[in-house]
Amino acid sequence: MSERIDAESESLLERVRAPFEGPNTVGSSIPFWVGLLVAVGALAAYPQFVGVYTVIQTSRYFALAFLALSLCFIWGYAGVLSFGQVAFFGIAAYAFGIIGLNFGSATGVMAGLAGAVLVSTAAAAVVGYFMFYGGVRDTYVTIMTLVIALVLNTFMAQTAGSEWAVGEAQLGGFNGMDIPSLTFGIGQSGLVLERVAFYYALLGTLVVTYLGLRVLVNSEFGMTMVAVREDEARTATFGYDVPFVKLVVFTIGGALAAVGGVFYASWGNYIDPTVFGIAFAALPVVWVSVGGRESLLGAIGATLAIERMRTGLSSGIGPIGSEWALVIVGGLLLGVILFMPAGVVPTLEELKDRALARGRKQSGSTTATEEPVE
Amino acid sequence: MTDPIAVPLSTYSAAALFFQFLNSFGFIVLATVGLAIIFGMMGVINLAHGEFILVGVYGTALPYHAGVPLPAAMVAGVLVTTVFGVLIERTVVRHLYDRLLDSMVATWGLALVVSQLLLIVFGSSLDSISTPMGAVSYGPFSSSIYRSVFLPAVALLILAGLYVVFTRTEFGIKARATIEDPETARAMGIDTDRMYVATFAIGSALAGLTGALYAPALGSITPNRGSTFLVEAFVAVVVGGPSVIVGTLSAAGILSVFNATGSFLFGTFIGQMLLLLVAIVALRVLPDGITGYVESWRQRRRASE
Repeated sequence: MSERIDAESESLLERVRAPFEGPNTVGSSIPFWVGLLVAVGALAAYPQFVGVYTVIQTSRYFALAFLALSLCFIWGYAGVLSFGQVAFFGIAAYAFGIIGLNFGSATGVMAGLAGAVLVSTAAAAVVGYFMFYGGVRDTYVTIMTLVIALVLNTFMAQTAGSEWAVGEAQLGGFNGMDIPSLTFGIGQSGLVLERVAFYYALLGTLVVTYLGLRVLVNSEFGMTMVAVREDEARTATFGYDVPFVKLVVFTIGGALAAVGGVFYASWGNYIDPTVFGIAFAALPVVWVSVGGRESLLGAIGATLAIERMRTGLSSGIGPIGSEWALVIVGGLLLGVILFMPAGVVPTLEELKDRALARGRKQSGSTTATEEPVE
Repeated sequence: MTDPIAVPLSTYSAAALFFQFLNSFGFIVLATVGLAIIFGMMGVINLAHGEFILVGVYGTALPYHAGVPLPAAMVAGVLVTTVFGVLIERTVVRHLYDRLLDSMVATWGLALVVSQLLLIVFGSSLDSISTPMGAVSYGPFSSSIYRSVFLPAVALLILAGLYVVFTRTEFGIKARATIEDPETARAMGIDTDRMYVATFAIGSALAGLTGALYAPALGSITPNRGSTFLVEAFVAVVVGGPSVIVGTLSAAGILSVFNATGSFLFGTFIGQMLLLLVAIVALRVLPDGITGYVESWRQRRRASE
């Protein structure tokens, strides 16, 4: 890169923005960041205007958004389609419960948070190593991850007996397991994150995670990920260690799912084996497909919107009952794949680009001719 | 072996284990074969396969409960599923032949819609159909003739039939030519589009047949039974690899040995877990399945000669 003449005039704002922007994420303009700021501000002000019930429900959507980000990151950016991200989500939830219940103090719960994410990330690393160094590819990865989730579903479902306990924690089979609330502190006294405080903790973590992932996918490693997604053989020819890249990506994906799992479990103070079931496993795929697999923001937005709709239907808002929620979700998935394969956000982005290009052409400006004409 | 009781009891145990094996073998082959045809021939993994089978189950159970004799109801189940499959191929799968991962995602959406619609329309369960043909008792054990003898025999007949269709008939040759090289096949005057529909229809019909045959062997018929078949079918397709008949046969053989032994010694749960664990290990060791490994071994041997 040659030194730019206007480098001196580059404002502080641009320097701050630079690591968050790149070809791998939408929104590299001032209006985008202003919009994002407004959206986050609105979400932050949200609890002041709605009841506690809505706040608690919205916290759940935030927890699930981590699961969506996890799939979006590995599928959208590295081309590894996993149907079993719920496995790592669920493992973290169970691990958090087991550790938290065995050390019934604030310290114990904090240890549970760290331990759960660690256990689940390690599980993702082991599965990833197994698959990517074993030469398992494409559809086989998808099936294998789904099978892993279903194995866990079958396994956890039969742990109802009292012999299935880890220390104090009863696994509980289909009856599920109790989970402590997320607590920060030392010893017995601690700040218990509940209701509104829990909401803000999740919102904050989600925003930080989103920004962190933006930096990651626009970094050199992010470019390598995209190269692996586009053409594995060529990327390998250029000397990149493709299995290693995939392993790192899959492990990070597992960690993201794990964070979501801990939040989700402590949100409901409860976890049961349906978290590994095929219906729940379909949801991340739906969110990410609808929002746009190559858009982190789309994945979050679609999660919030679809889960809001499901809550609405099951609490009797709208003309049809809750049993139609899955029909709509499945139909949405089918429709998006057939008619809008890239998902909502990338499609909107493309429409915007096209509109801008047309606007420039009509104004007859001479500067717009630098783009190659197809 | 000095105990006089032990000898006959172990004979009974061996017989029970063998029937368990047949039962499991029949189930895996029948659950897999429709999926394997569509995957092996077209490369499309149909995640709605379990729901296709379920359509066959409902298509059989509803006429049966309306008073139609069971064999005729089974024919109805197969027909309904075939028509359903052709409709899905024309409206959904056709657009996704060159987007394999997308076809999995789309068919998953379809699976959610179908099973939930079955729940909404027909309620949480249908009355079960009693299993025909009775059971044989031997010593302390007893096995259902329908599940442990009739269904495995049907499974073998289907595989034999598919072998004949795909190797000995003009349709089979054309279908395989389409799979091998669509461009050349079209140049040779084969209507590849029709071949895809026909192959998908055969796969759907087989799924429907599986549903029809298992309608009287499932116990209660609920809209979530599809996933019971799906897991076994997935595992067998993955372990078997791309070659439909040999792959299904070998995978079903190996998996049902583990499944039957585990079920017999430690209960059905351990049997199921063992099956899944074997599948995961097999996939790690043989990423292209058994037939993929055999194929590459053949190529290596040819190269070294």
